[in-house]
Amino acid sequence: MSALRFAKTTSGLRPRRSILLTVIMGLLAIYALLPLFWLFVNSTKTQAALFSTFGLWFGGEFALFDNIVQTLTYDDGEFVRWLGNTLLYVVVGAGGATALATLAGYGLAKFDFPGRRAVFAVVLGAVAVPGTALAVPTFLMFSQLGLTNTPWAIILPSLISPFGLYLIWVYAVDSVPTELLEAARIDGAGEFRTFFTISSRLLAPGFVTVLLFAIVATWNNYFLPLIMLSDPAWYPLTVGLNQWNAQATGVGAQPIYNLVITGSLLTIIPIVVAFLFLQRYWQSGLSAGSVKQ
Amino acid sequence: MTATSLTGRTAKQRGRWIGWAFVGPFMIVFALVLVAPVFYAIYLSLFREQLVGGNAFVGLDNYVRALGDAKFWESFLRVAVFLVVQVPIMLCIALFAALALDSARLHGSRFLRISVFLPYAVPAVVATLMWGFIYGERFGLVGNLNSLPGVDLPIPLSSEFVLAAIGNIVTWEFVGYNMLIFFAALRVIPTELYEAAELDGAGQYRVVWSIKLPAIRGALVIAAIFSVIGSFQLFNEPNILKTLAPNAITTFFTPNMYAYNLSFAGQQFNYSAAVAIIMGVATMIVAYIVQLGGSRKEAAR
Amino acid sequence: MNSTPRRRILGAVAGLALAGLALAGCSAPSGGTGGGTGSADDLDAALEEGGELTYWSWTPSAEAQVAAFEEAYPNVDVELVNAGTNTEEYTKLQNAIKAGSGAPDVVQIEYYALPQFALSDSLVDLSQYGFGELEDQYSPGTWGSVTVGDAIYGLPQDSGPMALFYNKTVFDEFGLEVPTTWDEYVAAAEQLHTADPTKYITNDTGDAGFATSMIWQAGGKPFQVEGTEVTIDLADEGVQKWTGVWNQLVENDLVASVPGWTDEWFRALGDGTIATLVTGAWMPGVLQASVPEASGDWAVAPIPTYDGEPATAENGGGGQSVTSQSENPALAAAFLRWLNSDPASIEIFLESGGFPATTDDLSDPEFVGVESEYFGGQKINEVLTQASEEVVEGWQYLPFQTYANSIFGDTVGQAYADKRDLAEGLAEWQEQLVAYGNEQGFTVAE
Repeated sequence: MSALRFAKTTSGLRPRRSILLTVIMGLLAIYALLPLFWLFVNSTKTQAALFSTFGLWFGGEFALFDNIVQTLTYDDGEFVRWLGNTLLYVVVGAGGATALATLAGYGLAKFDFPGRRAVFAVVLGAVAVPGTALAVPTFLMFSQLGLTNTPWAIILPSLISPFGLYLIWVYAVDSVPTELLEAARIDGAGEFRTFFTISSRLLAPGFVTVLLFAIVATWNNYFLPLIMLSDPAWYPLTVGLNQWNAQATGVGAQPIYNLVITGSLLTIIPIVVAFLFLQRYWQSGLSAGSVKQ
Repeated sequence: MTATSLTGRTAKQRGRWIGWAFVGPFMIVFALVLVAPVFYAIYLSLFREQLVGGNAFVGLDNYVRALGDAKFWESFLRVAVFLVVQVPIMLCIALFAALALDSARLHGSRFLRISVFLPYAVPAVVATLMWGFIYGERFGLVGNLNSLPGVDLPIPLSSEFVLAAIGNIVTWEFVGYNMLIFFAALRVIPTELYEAAELDGAGQYRVVWSIKLPAIRGALVIAAIFSVIGSFQLFNEPNILKTLAPNAITTFFTPNMYAYNLSFAGQQFNYSAAVAIIMGVATMIVAYIVQLGGSRKEAAR
Repeated sequence: MNSTPRRRILGAVAGLALAGLALAGCSAPSGGTGGGTGSADDLDAALEEGGELTYWSWTPSAEAQVAAFEEAYPNVDVELVNAGTNTEEYTKLQNAIKAGSGAPDVVQIEYYALPQFALSDSLVDLSQYGFGELEDQYSPGTWGSVTVGDAIYGLPQDSGPMALFYNKTVFDEFGLEVPTTWDEYVAAAEQLHTADPTKYITNDTGDAGFATSMIWQAGGKPFQVEGTEVTIDLADEGVQKWTGVWNQLVENDLVASVPGWTDEWFRALGDGTIATLVTGAWMPGVLQASVPEASGDWAVAPIPTYDGEPATAENGGGGQSVTSQSENPALAAAFLRWLNSDPASIEIFLESGGFPATTDDLSDPEFVGVESEYFGGQKINEVLTQASEEVVEGWQYLPFQTYANSIFGDTVGQAYADKRDLAEGLAEWQEQLVAYGNEQGFTVAE
């Protein structure tokens, strides 16, 4: 339904294109893209050229492929290991977060049960507590449970996406007609059966949207792994990149800025690609999610 | 009629607890990874452990101390300024961009939309490292530009401008995200409303002002709340930039950095927990006020 | 909605939370019991018996050293982990100590941070394994840095006696003499910056490690520690001597405000923007590896003095320790002994560009006489090993130096940023350190 609306241009009865508006938006796009352009340009440079050439244009020899090879093989290929870790955290963490949020959001939208309002209040309240400052208690708790320095220390906290819960909740209210559920109930279908056979399909665009945002959140997760992990073998890309950057410090310093930059480029490519490919889904999911508040 | 209301009631009764089967898994994990640490933080905040002399129950001492701590208030004020300046700027740009996209008066709007959104996919670590390079006053882009004749940009990483420099990074990261939220909300405004306005002979600005903006009020409030929470929790960007601006960014630059450094550099876990709890409560209050402001506007209509 | 069940649910959630809390609270962080007890013989037996060890280090040569060790002692399996560079590693170590588990067996700790971990009983006193006999092998300064009273909390890996590194090409271009006193240094700073405003004698944005070393060189003893009794005086005679000189540079804008260890800094070292560095003897390794474009430009001279009397200080450097959490402290100690005293291990360390702490190597003619290609053929180790004999004695770090250094930017750094009297910043630093020390249960005198 929303997808249909989406295809229409709302106020497009007389779309007269405006040069001025396009130029202003163009400037905004340049602002958004310039640093990414900078990143690309500089990932083509050697460490030496990085230090001696103009930042916004190519200079020195074209070392992009050399840099990529170096990035992937540096220190026995730890970058590849971090990439694998990140994928693990994303698949299990973001996948799990989406599943939990979908179930719970649907539950909140479609069932009236004791404590329903309290659930939402508690969830929203907890979002406001600074996660960074909770890191210490969380760390101490997890270490008592023997979870620190294991993938679980990253995955478990990633499983909670309050924003995802909210989005699915709002989405489910509109996209899953209550009459449909009533009909299924009359047919004697169990609630879970109904959920998996009927509701889940209707929820798909919302699900994909939440999944994408959860993927971004886990992919970009930095602070938690920084605290929880001491062994680089479990690092995700973000923490690994920062360690590479910090390696330029003190006795025995080994700056590898070219690899930091190339590594950054490689880190954002998969997520950008995911966004571009799944555009259609998440945009309609978002539209529906914002119908009401 | 009687039949439906009857089935409705039984369904309701059956669903009385079944809802928990759906919400339960989320809440269990939620309790473990969010609620439990909050309670543990509250517990910690009532004690004081010293490097020499062990652990002692001190009641609310840590809270009293935090409320009289000049460093805490300085950091609090700083994020408050950040909030008051950066959030409106970012949301206004996002709103403008969303309205522009929605007006269908742009050339290449698909390209523009995705371009502005792309930075959201960039991890904060990468974004900060990148902007850090760009900000360099000698060899960074800022340095490059300053070496051109007639250009004299302010130094982004100096004490005066570092907050603005961080604001710029955060804006860059999230303007596209907020734009999409607004844009998505604009797309689902019923066409009938526009047709009615058309008949009334309302101009573009009138349509924006009296139809579009009120219609996406919900999205605006949600975006504002999440931005408020984000501002109060500001951490990654200043913490990573600190290497490049060691004096301009102090260890208590934001409340979150203060709490972090108290625990991890100063071993003051208990005091740090108290600071975290206070910030959590403050964030909730401000978020609540924003929400209240949003609903009052609606009531006024 | 009915309020009773809601309260019940909330209660259940809280109960869950409390369960987690009880779990977390029940085992209080163990400060450690001081590890095992043993003797020197135990070490050889432990090596024979073998076992597994975890070793945290960010030293570039660590991997090769571990490989060589495992070859020599095939029964021992050492897992090398780079848990982060300096403060990042200390944070993780501190976390593991606080949590009561997760610390490695052997860990790299710089000298300035060692007292903090020694004080909290987080490290094993190695004197029980006869490490006292190793004292003669190390330069007095480094040995003093790993011992507290009779207790030995680590073995020195490297040292960093300070010297003056200067860009000879820049000096020649502007006709500068190599300064031998700080007054000459200030004069050179003025001369250089006046001749070319883009060039600076050095960079300094306020670095705790540098400042404390400079105070050390000036004969200051701002930190005195006797058990839990601490005296802090950041305005003593030595401190005043240093600020007297350094204020002239800071207040007159004669130092580049480029923070150390950033890409801008490495570039500035390469292109002559920064003409000198007053730093530890490990710097040649960094220059060679990270500023290759300046090969042939740099040279080394003794650190300038206040009165012509040779005196220097240690800057940077550190060693390795055995943690109290180690389940096999004898084996860990045996590995540590090999790591920092076996010639095979030290040779690997030297090859990677490190500067030794061992007297044998510091006086080895082959080491001293080596001509450095990067430094235009200069026998740099003659200068540097000489420096290691001129380190002023009696320096102490605070038992909470990592915290102290972390707030240096908040206090002294602000004086740097405002280009005003550093003494003001130091006074504020002192004020906060005294408050912190007292709060943490030390008895702090000023």
